[in-house]
Amino acid sequence: MHKDLLRLARTERAVRLHLAGCLAAAVAAGLLVLAQAELLAMVLSGGASQGVVTGGVSSALLLLALVVAARGLLGWAQGIFAGRAATTLKSALRRRLLPRLGAPDGTAAGTTASARDDTEAGATGSAAGSGVRSGELVTLAGRGLDALDPYLTGYLPAVAVAGVVPLAVVARLLVADLGTAVIVVLTLPLIPIFGALVGWTTKTVTERQWRALTRLGGHFLDVMRGLPTLRAFGRARYQATVIRRVAEDHRAATMRTLRVAFLSSLVLELVASLSLALVAVPVGLRLLSGSLDLHTALLVLLLAPEAYLPLRAMGTRFHAAMEGVAAADEAFAVIDGRMPQEPQQPGTPQRPRTRAVPVAPADPPEIRLEGVTVRYPGRDTPALDRVELTVTPGERVAIVGPSGAGKSTLLHVLLGFVTPAEGRALIDGADLTDLHLDTWRRRLAFVPQRPHLFAASVADNIALGTAATPAEIRAAAAAAQADGFVAALPDGYDTSLGERGANLSAGQRQRVALARAFCRPSAQVVLLDEPTARLDGRSEAAVIEATRKLCEGRTAIIVAHRPAMIDLADRVVRLGAGSLVGGETTS
Amino acid sequence: MIRGLSRRLVLAALAGAAADLAGVALIAAAAWLITRAAEQPPLAALSVAIVAVRAFATTKGLFRYGERLAGHDVALRAQTGTRERLYRSLIPAGPLPRRGADLLSRMVDDTEAVQDLLVRCLLPAVAALLTGIAAVTVAIFLHPAAGLALCAGLLVAGLLLPAGTATAARRWSARLAPARAELAARVADLVHGAADLAACGARDRAIDAAMASDGRLARLERGRARINAVALAVGMLAQGLTVIAVVMVAQAAAVDRVASAVLALTSLVAFEPVLPLAAAGERFAGVLAALGRLREIAATPPAVAEPAVPAPPPEPPLTIQIEGLVVRHGEREPALKGVDLTLTPGRRVALVGPSGAGKSTLLAALMRTVDIESGEIRINGVDIRRVASDAVRSRITGLTQDPYVFQASLRENLRLAGPEASDAELALAVRRARLDGWVERTGWDAVLGEDGRTVSGGQLQRLALARALLFDPPVLLLDEPAEALDEETADLLTADLLDATRGRTTLLVTHRLRGLEQVDEIVVLEGGRVIQRGPHAELVAAPGYYRDLWESEALTRRG
Repeated sequence: MHKDLLRLARTERAVRLHLAGCLAAAVAAGLLVLAQAELLAMVLSGGASQGVVTGGVSSALLLLALVVAARGLLGWAQGIFAGRAATTLKSALRRRLLPRLGAPDGTAAGTTASARDDTEAGATGSAAGSGVRSGELVTLAGRGLDALDPYLTGYLPAVAVAGVVPLAVVARLLVADLGTAVIVVLTLPLIPIFGALVGWTTKTVTERQWRALTRLGGHFLDVMRGLPTLRAFGRARYQATVIRRVAEDHRAATMRTLRVAFLSSLVLELVASLSLALVAVPVGLRLLSGSLDLHTALLVLLLAPEAYLPLRAMGTRFHAAMEGVAAADEAFAVIDGRMPQEPQQPGTPQRPRTRAVPVAPADPPEIRLEGVTVRYPGRDTPALDRVELTVTPGERVAIVGPSGAGKSTLLHVLLGFVTPAEGRALIDGADLTDLHLDTWRRRLAFVPQRPHLFAASVADNIALGTAATPAEIRAAAAAAQADGFVAALPDGYDTSLGERGANLSAGQRQRVALARAFCRPSAQVVLLDEPTARLDGRSEAAVIEATRKLCEGRTAIIVAHRPAMIDLADRVVRLGAGSLVGGETTS
Repeated sequence: MIRGLSRRLVLAALAGAAADLAGVALIAAAAWLITRAAEQPPLAALSVAIVAVRAFATTKGLFRYGERLAGHDVALRAQTGTRERLYRSLIPAGPLPRRGADLLSRMVDDTEAVQDLLVRCLLPAVAALLTGIAAVTVAIFLHPAAGLALCAGLLVAGLLLPAGTATAARRWSARLAPARAELAARVADLVHGAADLAACGARDRAIDAAMASDGRLARLERGRARINAVALAVGMLAQGLTVIAVVMVAQAAAVDRVASAVLALTSLVAFEPVLPLAAAGERFAGVLAALGRLREIAATPPAVAEPAVPAPPPEPPLTIQIEGLVVRHGEREPALKGVDLTLTPGRRVALVGPSGAGKSTLLAALMRTVDIESGEIRINGVDIRRVASDAVRSRITGLTQDPYVFQASLRENLRLAGPEASDAELALAVRRARLDGWVERTGWDAVLGEDGRTVSGGQLQRLALARALLFDPPVLLLDEPAEALDEETADLLTADLLDATRGRTTLLVTHRLRGLEQVDEIVVLEGGRVIQRGPHAELVAAPGYYRDLWESEALTRRG
């Protein structure tokens, strides 16, 4: 069994119990096949009349019926336990996985930005690496884990049966007829040996073709996505013939792979059926000479296939199971933090946040950055390089600079999404890494460049993380100049947003995010990340007006590149390539 | 194609049936051999059975190998056909009836249902049917009543049970699908909204909500597992009880030992190809649903009605006259409510206006991807509706919304707009789109798109511009070429674009006014109507939307 899954099953009682129940039922049902064969052989050989057992044929038939009933019952139990084991295991995995997904870090900017592309073409065309990755994570935590079902409900029971039943069959055969037992014992190992041999020789062939196969297989999706572009250049009809040609190549390549891959099942099948012939023919000849009784002969005939069957069942389930293993590997890679999804930067062990700030001090704090340097893994140059900045309580500072200068990173330091590799961020003189992050974030209002709208009502989207009343939500929306368009939505504040919900324009999204900020009256520090970057003139004016109101009486740090937004600030700070450049200008 | 397909299908089905029949025959022959041998006849009486046992043992595996190869081959061929038909049906299609971010990938997955239909449903069912008929025939020949008992058992396991699992699967998937979608949405929120959640301190609540969805899904999945468990048990019971019934019937009728052993073992093994049909029934429900979805999508009505007898396409230079154009998307309010516009050869016209004003709809009407409700578009005096839409698009096209980068080399990505273009022409288009620097760095043969080199937003728009310039249509359309670019890149691209289109008949849709003093006419759309038109200098001089926008933009440029 997969070692990480085993570790998980050890800690999760419910998983362990249900899995054990499932495997036990499967093995018990497998062993009952021996009893069934025994009874059937007895009945068919007219056992009672030959005096092999006392009782008679009808009582043997009754026993047989009981065995059949028991097998049915065990099959049912196996199914029930399997279902429970699968769902409890998936839930346990999700419980561990989800907190890892929800951890914002250096890549969070990338994930939030690229995920919000409104069109598929845009998503594939411009998605950065982290965006593609975030899509994979969503799939993994959702449908991806379903790949574990065949592994748990099919493969593992098959493995358990294969481990027990062939041995039991061989043991019974040893007692019944040594000759047959020897044949079975000699041929049985051929199945795994040939399986491994064929698998080993085909592995390189298969792997070589795998890349080509996935590329060809992806062609159709690629063309479907690009259909509007093809249409625009009159290439749509021509491409239909390309689809057929590529699919034809794909089929030919797949068949080349399958011809080899199916060899292993051919070997399994041949070994099993030829062994049966190897058993049956000598048994028949020995019956002829009278050196064997019919009951034993029938028992041997019924039992011999049962020695091979579990191994073949395991083999047919192997492929589907490997997809489950791959899913488990991926899930544990995220859970154990072997992926670049960690909230902490490497080399900066998180110190315990012992000194909690006093709950909600009345006034905005002083914020000071001292030699703050941030490095992202895999990049040579630091995102922020020894940045010194002091923001006095109530001050409004605009951060400007070209894209990639580290403006967003600076906000992420203050949000606690990234921890500086060197230097420190001080809040009223206390190091941010010592503060209790949740308490600190309660004093913040953050408006990202591309706010995420959740698959929930407009009201819930605005009240995010607070217990605001409907009246407070409306007031916040009004302050953010959002009440107008919200009222025009089909269900007003109850309209659900997100992928399956209503579409809002970029300006409207931005105002929902601003309303979120207004919904946090306890926030004393406002952090805004280019809130007007994608807006046209009129939407921009509305957002700027709302921002002006939001900044009143609060400390504000605004990443901006539109002068109208810069005008809101008391002071302008320029960032270039991670460092402060030039003098600070007073607006 | 279809003829070849059905021949291969029959071949695969026969191979499958032969494999299963060989399996049953192997056991039957072995049973006969053993019970007959117990009566100690002369050896010669057994020789046929011995040969049969060996023959069936050998051929069973070979037939199975043949079936699997032939089956997969035919399934892949069928899938190719399905995909090609689906694609062809979508070429002229308008907006698809279903929406969602992963609509296309789900659709592609659905075309794989055809494979499952053949390999996992149809071929096993045919093999099971033929095997069952053969087994029942043999049994009836040996003892009619026993044969009927076997027939009844096989019908339960091979017909009633799969029908039951198919029905249950249909019912359960109708309940599971929304639960899955809900969980997916919550997980997506957690990942994509990570920063928002953390900043608002709402992460724990979001995780709880996702786990609650997981709990609901788990309850439903357990319900479905119960159905599968019952199906498994019923299958086992049907097999076991049928064998018992056959034996009892044979015993009661005092059938001889050889025949009753053959009857019992044939019955036992005849269930082997039949029992998997319960799982096939479950899959069949999913296959049917997938095929239904594909049919629905393939039946998407075409975007525009093609003329029965297309007029000969007008020859350039082209003059486009738009008069009183009204266009409506579905049942909604018209997106264009009577627009007039004339585009004479060599003139450049810019369309501006807030989002939702109908700018892109106007381009869509020109490219015949949306039909005209009333009013007219004429090309050199010919009504656009009388010209084949492909012919229109070969004359009026360019940089459209959401340009797509294919998973192919840079060269191939460009060449789709100019299949005959020489390398020099490609290089020229790239140079004029100011993409040459990037091309030199990445190389012409670098694979772009998913799994390939990532293309930034600016590069994507420039690539699309290079395609448009390479295609060189008589009327060039440019839809928001600077969309989603940062300020600096947008300025550079706009400047290059105005440079590259000098002297071309061009319709430019934009939300940025910088550089528009270079175009001949600016048309301001709002709410589907033209509210202002004229050259830049004129529009800036008069109060109105354009001047407001210009001032707002000028304000943001002061820094």
